[in-house]
Amino acid sequence: MNILVCISRVPDTATKVIIGSDGKSIDPKGVKYILNPYDELALEEALRLREKNGGNVTAITVGTAEATETLRNALAMGADNAVLVKGDEPADSYSVAVNLADYAKKMNPDVIFLGKQSVDFDSLQLPSMLAEILGLPSISVVSKLTIDGTNVSAERDIEGGKEVVSTTLPCVISAQKGLNDPRYPKLPDIMKAKKKPIEEIASNNLDARTVVHKMEIPLKERKAKILGDSVQDIEMLVTLLHEDAKVI
Amino acid sequence: MSINRGLTEEQIMLRNTVRKFAEEVIKPAARELDEKEEFSNEITLQMCDMGFMGAFVPEEYGGAGMDYVSYILTVEELARVDSSQAATVAAHNSLGIGPIYYFGSEEQRMQYLPLLTSGKLWGFGLTEPEAGSDAGNTKTRAYQNGDDWIINGSKIFITNASTSLTLGSSVLAVTGQQPDGRKQYTTFLVENTVPGFEAKAMKHKMLWRASNTSELYFNDCRVTSNMILGKKGDGFKQMLSTLDKGRLSIAAMGLGLAQGAFDYAVEYAKKRHTFGRAISTYQANSFKLADIEVGLNLARNFLYEVCRMADRGENITKEGAIAKLYCSELAHKAANDCVQIMGGYGLMKEYDAERFYRDQKILEIGEGTSEIQRLVISRIIGCYD
Ligand SMILES: Cc1cc2nc3c(=O)[nH]c(=O)nc-3n(C[C@H](O)[C@H](O)[C@H](O)COP(=O)(O)OP(=O)(O)OC[C@H]3O[C@@H](n4cnc5c(N)ncnc54)[C@H](O)[C@@H]3O)c2cc1C
Repeated sequence: MNILVCISRVPDTATKVIIGSDGKSIDPKGVKYILNPYDELALEEALRLREKNGGNVTAITVGTAEATETLRNALAMGADNAVLVKGDEPADSYSVAVNLADYAKKMNPDVIFLGKQSVDFDSLQLPSMLAEILGLPSISVVSKLTIDGTNVSAERDIEGGKEVVSTTLPCVISAQKGLNDPRYPKLPDIMKAKKKPIEEIASNNLDARTVVHKMEIPLKERKAKILGDSVQDIEMLVTLLHEDAKVI
Repeated sequence: MSINRGLTEEQIMLRNTVRKFAEEVIKPAARELDEKEEFSNEITLQMCDMGFMGAFVPEEYGGAGMDYVSYILTVEELARVDSSQAATVAAHNSLGIGPIYYFGSEEQRMQYLPLLTSGKLWGFGLTEPEAGSDAGNTKTRAYQNGDDWIINGSKIFITNASTSLTLGSSVLAVTGQQPDGRKQYTTFLVENTVPGFEAKAMKHKMLWRASNTSELYFNDCRVTSNMILGKKGDGFKQMLSTLDKGRLSIAAMGLGLAQGAFDYAVEYAKKRHTFGRAISTYQANSFKLADIEVGLNLARNFLYEVCRMADRGENITKEGAIAKLYCSELAHKAANDCVQIMGGYGLMKEYDAERFYRDQKILEIGEGTSEIQRLVISRIIGCYD
């Protein structure tokens, strides 16, 4: 089974993000970057499928040379090889989707995994765009997956419940929390990752179809109060709801 | 990032991975294991599965085949979160695996290293009730009986020696006299199941409470002569060399603990307000934190450099002593200041600062006290010549 996993390099969720001087990008200075947590789920699922069925897992990212580090992470987790579609910082989700689709057309994978979103820009567009360009079925926000031969059955999180969807391979799957528990790269695998191949191809630096005008950091206003569960705390809660919040 | 200076891409990835593992797997369990004084087989085996046991041992013996810097980074990142788990890893690698890997015969390496890198633990029995700093006062003796050796005596404070995962310990014993009249020492590999040998866990420690510390008793304990580590008479030399390298792992524990206490203190000081201001804006506190940051930077630079010397096979007796001394005293200062900055809360078990404060103390005592490190350094710089 040949599996393609699309991954991205995102600022660590614990990093304090600062907006660059242009007012519409993240200032990369002092930011620690990680493999997008949803992509870790996607990669883990791919690795488990390979462990069950044999085959090959290719990790791919569209981005600048810095993204090599993120690919190495995927290789340390267990991907067999990696592809860097190298170019400028991608302009928007569409340009990433086109670049990924170009590679997928050549590779013809049995299944393509992505995270349901990347935690930097949260556009949530990529999995569906990619499937559309490739003309493949797409199941998004998957929290449980079973692939048996070419039959695919997936559980999706929907507001307040679950939905079970089926399709056949080849298809595009986007991963949601709960799908699995991603493994940590083991020390020997970190060393081996250095020896695995990373192929570099040039990206089509497409004109963007959407443009970012402005970024803002939400105002920090702390209104939360934390109370315990003693009788006095409960009394305090009632008083606060009554006098401060005026809801009861 | 300043903490990554001079590290390779793999070493940085390793640091990030171990940090994540420590935060996600160890941190949630640390307080309770400390409270219950409980050694965790489960976490130990998970750490083994990650490849922490035998980090610097080549792959053909089951190790991870990493350099010394990588091993030290692993210990540092573990100690940043919890000293007990870091101690299990540091002692098993530096004191358990180290002597067998560096001094064992090929047969001994093939027999033990694959086991010790896949879930079994090994102790290093040097200290005795009357021989700590003064290792020359070792009373445990072994005499030859046919093809066997009979060991009598006892050891104390031996890390990892009596867990249910423990296979055995390396034990230093007096085996006679050298031609110049001084005692001759030999190291024996003693498995826990050997008749006449008993390993007993020591309880009620102030610190490293989730790490196993044991007393060993040898009562006509009989081992075959192929259980001599390396050659008869090499014991003292093996011990000194083991301690040289072992000190780097204690230094890593000091650096990691200091970083953990510092991170904790900075976060707290920025959140806690008195008299209408964050306490981090009072110079009495901010200068404490600045001083620790200075120490962390200097310690990190120096320790990694000494690891690189070790990787190149250079002698590190003096540098190892300096690193161990400096990092353990830095940990002492950082943990103390962290508690001070947290006021009364720093004294409560609910906060990790309290555990950091207790855990740091062993670093100024184990593998040679701070006084002994100063003795080593002052001798090498020629004070007593
Ligand atoms: C939790 C724990 C784990 C340990 N793990 C191990 C292990 O795995 N294997 C092992 O072999 N040992 C281990 N040890 C033992 C440890 O290495 C010793 O405790 C240490 O070397 C000090 O020896 P001591 O306790 O006998 O103190 P002593 O040697 O009695 O020293 C007492 C005091 O006198 C000072 N002193 C002694 N001689 C001098 C001198 N010449 N000049 C100036 N001051 C001096 C010392 O610095 C110290 O302050 C462990 C100890 C602990 C607490």
